[in-house]
Amino acid sequence: MFNIARNELHRLFLSPLAWVILALSQLLLAYLFLTHMDYFNSIQSRISAIPGAPGVTELIAMPLLSNAAIIALLISPLLTMRTFAEERRNETLPLLSSAPLSMFDIVIGKFFGTLAFFLLMTLLTVLMISSLAIGTTLDFYQLSSGVLGLILLVASFSAVGIYMSSLTRQPTIAAISTFAILFLFWIIDWASHSTTEFSLFSWLSLLKHFEPMMQGQINTQDISYFLLIIFAFLLLTVRRLDRERLD
Amino acid sequence: MTDSKLLLEAKELSRFFGDTLAVNNVSFNIKQGEVLGFLGPNGAGKSTTMRMLTGNLAPDNGQIIINGIDLLDNPKQAKACIGYLPETPPLYKEHTVTEFLQFCARLNGIAKKQQKTAVNNVIERCGLTDVSKRLIANLSKGFQQRVGIAQAIIHAPAVVILDEPTSGLDPIQIREIRQLIRDIANEHSVILSTHILPEVQMLCDRVQIISKGQLLFNDSLQMLTEQMQSTAILVGFSQPIDTQALNAINGVNNVEKIDEQHFRLSYLPEQNPTQALLKNAVENNWPLTSLMPEQHSLEDVFMKIIREEDAHV
Repeated sequence: MFNIARNELHRLFLSPLAWVILALSQLLLAYLFLTHMDYFNSIQSRISAIPGAPGVTELIAMPLLSNAAIIALLISPLLTMRTFAEERRNETLPLLSSAPLSMFDIVIGKFFGTLAFFLLMTLLTVLMISSLAIGTTLDFYQLSSGVLGLILLVASFSAVGIYMSSLTRQPTIAAISTFAILFLFWIIDWASHSTTEFSLFSWLSLLKHFEPMMQGQINTQDISYFLLIIFAFLLLTVRRLDRERLD
Repeated sequence: MTDSKLLLEAKELSRFFGDTLAVNNVSFNIKQGEVLGFLGPNGAGKSTTMRMLTGNLAPDNGQIIINGIDLLDNPKQAKACIGYLPETPPLYKEHTVTEFLQFCARLNGIAKKQQKTAVNNVIERCGLTDVSKRLIANLSKGFQQRVGIAQAIIHAPAVVILDEPTSGLDPIQIREIRQLIRDIANEHSVILSTHILPEVQMLCDRVQIISKGQLLFNDSLQMLTEQMQSTAILVGFSQPIDTQALNAINGVNNVEKIDEQHFRLSYLPEQNPTQALLKNAVENNWPLTSLMPEQHSLEDVFMKIIREEDAHV
């Protein structure tokens, strides 16, 4: 299982795709980081007098993590599209399926391989934010809550992407459909207008569960929502690949 | 050989694709150290059977026992005893040969300490030493096929299953791959599918002929060769000979005139008329130029077996 994860990550970095994605996303994030910092500098003098005003963490770190989430939404289809679609197109899947591994091992392995890439991206973003700690104090509790949220979010992206990739043999189709589904999950709460009543659409929204964590609230219902999404899509993938064996 | 261990047993395998019956009630087994040739025209069900044997496809009916382990009940343990090379070798082309084989070694659960030895071993055995640092994508088809074979034997499986290992290669590469398969057969049992008949003659101990999903012939190569023995001799003379005179020879059943000077003499089994013919030729001063026992090629036997079955249906 970890062997598959390791191999997945290794293959990702053998292609220029991973390097390009990592470099460009860091470039974008660095630029956004600077704009947030600039904005903070411009309003710092005005808000410093107000008691309980938002600090560095709220005005720089959290917006940057939200930006990172949107960048992850854009790049995750590109990373996950290869997982099964490409194996199927190159007919390399029998190598894995005739090895002494269960389908579950293979799917989980691929999932962790992809997740490891996102963890690397998150780590770089967190390092960028942590550089602020040199000159000021950061709220590390809020920051870690936000990072946990981001990790759960990208893990859900990966799970959805891997499932879409297991449905087709065309990586492009996998990427487009992953993006469509993720985007739908992102904006689905636009359909619900009420803020107090429980609404299915807003419960389904990834964003609605991600936002509280950005504010430093860790709710079990948000965490279980993400875990539910991850497991559901991974199990669907296992079932889908097993069905291929059966008919 | 009769009491050597059964390594793979397939019982009453059947498989449907939708409404089409791809494999119909096929049973066979393979013993230790045997090379089994799976022979059949394209679309006969060879690949389907092999995919079932390697756990890539679930049979609709039947049982597969590998090294005493049921493949459907304990897939992980059973798969560890099998090395499989599908029709298209499953290779990660962006890897170098060594990297890829290291991954395969880990994939097949070889202990960390032995991985390096296993990889080096298999590189040497498959003649990949010179290309071990090159990317698989840049290798020729023959070398890619070798990497595919290396991948199948890296964990020293009891049974190696090769699906058309020589298809698409040039004659020199074919010879090299055959040599390699013969080497492998010294240590492992091999199941080999092919539609090239001489290959079976060269490599296999036992032959199975499969057509339209049914097993038509399952016996040793010797039995197949016996079927190839024909009961006819071809004779040629430098001047025309009377058919009647040939017909009169003791043992000759029928004379078929090929042209004025060449004849095909068929005889009943156990009554070979060659001696009598020679005696007659000397006595009557027939200018005999050639004398040759007719032999069916494997092709003929193959076609015969498949045609017979069609006739039955």
